Amino acid sequence: MTKALLFVSAAATLFAAPAAAQTIAITGGKVVIGDGSAPIEGGTVVLRDGKVVAAGAGVAVPAGAQVVDAAGRWVTPGLFAGFSRIGLVEVEAVRETNDSSANTGDFSAAIDVAPAINAKVTPIAVNRAAGITRAVVAPEAPASIFAGMGALIDLGDDYNAVTKARAFQFVELGETGSSKAGGSRASAFLEFRNGLIEARALAVGQRGVAAHPHDALLNRQDAAALLPVVNGEIRLLVHVERAADILNVIKLREEFPALKLVLVGVSEGWLVANQIAAAGVPVIASALNDLPSDFEKTAATQSNIGRMKQAGVTIAIGMIDDSDAHKLHYSPQYAGNLVALQRVPGATGLSWDQAFAAITSGPAQAMGVDAMLGSLKPGRQGDVVIWDGDPLELSSAPVAVMIDGVQQPLGNRQAKLRDRYRTPQEGALPKAYER
Amino acid sequence: MRYGFTAPLAAILVVGCANTTTAEAPSSASGSAAKPAKVSFNENPYPSTYKVYPGQPTAIRNVTIFDGEGGQIDNGVVFFTDGKITSVGDASTAIPADVMVIDGTGKFVTPGIIDIHSHLGNYPSPGVQANSDGNEVTGPVTADVWAEHSVWPQDPGFSRALANGGITSLQVLPGSANLFGGRSVTLKNVPARTMQAMKFPGAPYGLKMACGENPKRVYGSRNQKPGSRMGNLALNRQTWARAAEYKARWDEYEKKGGTPPARDIGMDTLKGALEGKIQIHNHCYRADEMAIVIDMAKEFGYTVSTFHHAVESYKIADLLKDNGICSAVWADWWGFKMESYDGIPENAAIIQNAGACTIIHSDDQNQIQRLNQEAAKALGDGRRMGFTISDATAISWLTYNPAKAMGIGDKTGSLKPGKMADVVLWNANPLSVYARPEKVWIDGAMMYDANDPRRRPVSDFELGQPGEGDTK
Repeated sequence: MTKALLFVSAAATLFAAPAAAQTIAITGGKVVIGDGSAPIEGGTVVLRDGKVVAAGAGVAVPAGAQVVDAAGRWVTPGLFAGFSRIGLVEVEAVRETNDSSANTGDFSAAIDVAPAINAKVTPIAVNRAAGITRAVVAPEAPASIFAGMGALIDLGDDYNAVTKARAFQFVELGETGSSKAGGSRASAFLEFRNGLIEARALAVGQRGVAAHPHDALLNRQDAAALLPVVNGEIRLLVHVERAADILNVIKLREEFPALKLVLVGVSEGWLVANQIAAAGVPVIASALNDLPSDFEKTAATQSNIGRMKQAGVTIAIGMIDDSDAHKLHYSPQYAGNLVALQRVPGATGLSWDQAFAAITSGPAQAMGVDAMLGSLKPGRQGDVVIWDGDPLELSSAPVAVMIDGVQQPLGNRQAKLRDRYRTPQEGALPKAYER
Repeated sequence: MRYGFTAPLAAILVVGCANTTTAEAPSSASGSAAKPAKVSFNENPYPSTYKVYPGQPTAIRNVTIFDGEGGQIDNGVVFFTDGKITSVGDASTAIPADVMVIDGTGKFVTPGIIDIHSHLGNYPSPGVQANSDGNEVTGPVTADVWAEHSVWPQDPGFSRALANGGITSLQVLPGSANLFGGRSVTLKNVPARTMQAMKFPGAPYGLKMACGENPKRVYGSRNQKPGSRMGNLALNRQTWARAAEYKARWDEYEKKGGTPPARDIGMDTLKGALEGKIQIHNHCYRADEMAIVIDMAKEFGYTVSTFHHAVESYKIADLLKDNGICSAVWADWWGFKMESYDGIPENAAIIQNAGACTIIHSDDQNQIQRLNQEAAKALGDGRRMGFTISDATAISWLTYNPAKAMGIGDKTGSLKPGKMADVVLWNANPLSVYARPEKVWIDGAMMYDANDPRRRPVSDFELGQPGEGDTK
């Protein structure tokens, strides 16, 4: 404990200068690159101007670098939440604070979450302190299967949260999509096809050949938002759970060959893992669904991700219908559970290295940004977490978090409440005077 | 009519002193010379039919033991026979010949894990509307409903809780839509054809109550009381006042005879709570509301066993300790509704550090599979605050403490000689994310063995479905 405190204060002093423009060498730690390779004992991570220059064994400390001694610590890329609503919600059940969906609004696919993201909602600071540095943020579907355009964000302590706006379109097919489309999957798939067809028609219109169709179901904005989807310019994240729905989504590429598909949820993915792998579609999956909580998840098992990985699917862990605005810090716990499965006869888990990649480079790969984020390979943004132990273990916590090479504060509202009520009794003055 | 007896009603009454099912209708005439036989009612009309499954005398040795009451024995021995714990001790503990001996080197033993707050069975999987039986959302006071009458024993969640979480007992509660939600039921986590075959023998009933947002939202939105927190309390107090009257009428009847009071099924439950026979399990998030409930309990003469979901217990841990009330909490749920906004991950640790009774609960079909992990997170957060809390103490949050709060602490919840042999053998320290149950015994019968696919229950619902019999 004493050692940890010493480290934190030393690190705080060390990083007091604006770190982004400097060269920093984090030495002596157990370094995890995050790409599925094994941890490196006594490794060094060098950051310059907010980016990773080098990481691994035998990396020289550049002259003039600020040196952070991470001996006895783990040094990893920041965790990347594969699917979330963080930044859109302060309190889920308090409607005024919840911007995840607009159920009575006029738009669907054109909705862009970027301006709704507030980097100062308390969940951002709480999850930052738990080592989450980036997140996929998706809107919830309003009264349509098309939820709108999601963003990639960082969890830094500033107002510039959005790393990439309009990074993807999010669509609900499966059970949720069915309910949005009037009550059947058949209707949901039709709504999907119609949306893309109207987008194409609009594209033709933009070239002056035809107008937006008079009998269009989507307004011009929504149709326009689907153009880059049908053209494959932005990713299409599709939430489905059951095996048959997964196959139907893959099949959509026969009609719309440019679609850049990413599957989300996918509790029954293991049943059709070979087909997903053959299609080259990455998956952002729920990690531990093992109950037939809906009829579309009757085959759910915690071995799902492990079996898909074995089949060659690119996998990432996301929080789908699972505390997606507040508790992204469950992702390392979930990854650890997948490691634990390796010792359960009949189950298929992940190696530690694979599991850690599923919460770092995996989401970056699925989103097509792994050249920029998600690992400590040279050239990536300097998102680094120094941990007091194995980052997947329940007893561990970050002692330092950097985003784009800038050391981040780890305090938050929860920590202040904790400190105020460390001893619950009131003192000479009421608790309201303690801060 | 209120005090009268109709013949069909009388027929279901049991004459307490004669233990016969034919009740003699009492004379309504006061001052009649012949004193009529007293009527009383059957307090256990849906009795447990649970039976202990066959087991064999088993000793686990060379194992690290968390005894469930805060004790730890390294390189110890746990021996159980005939469904009961026989002995627990260090390496010198005698192990008879001809018993099954399991080498626990590198492994850990705990009592069976107990979830004090579950909706398995009454909000089962699949969670379709047709299966949604946890809330009787037809009035704010439904003390008359019993959760056991909603429990579907085919819920696949029971087996996941067993195999992944080492859950051997659980309390299934009504939901929180109502101020008085009804009676809970305590189950042993064995697959069964009927709820009664799961029912924990001799466990007292609980009464689910709810504070705060849920009752006022559900009924306020119908322009019905309660629509506010003050409405919650008003209706709570009025109901307790009626219960006190009901109890007084029965007490009077017990003492003096005469015409027995009319039976009120809901009031039976509240009377039982006032008599201390039924534990009060009160859904209550906020510290200020818990304090009010504590005073309401004093006003009407009952005691609260446990505040559930008590995300703000850390603010009043001293008050809870002074009143002997347990807090059943999540490790780190917060922010999903206004009354959970001040939830902090150090809640359990602060409660523990203040000397109050700490319990980790799930209220969730997924987290019931990982209560050990939830405890581990809360422990880690407490230690980072500088609190000294042992691993063994953290295990008591899932074993002896919930057992005590549910009124079954004398039967299960710790590895003490004579108690039920509800035992989990873990393949690593259960406070590690990498640990899983290897074997689970309930009353000495091996109900789960990770190494034996035949010791893995498959519910009727799962038969013939994709994934049937998978490790899950």
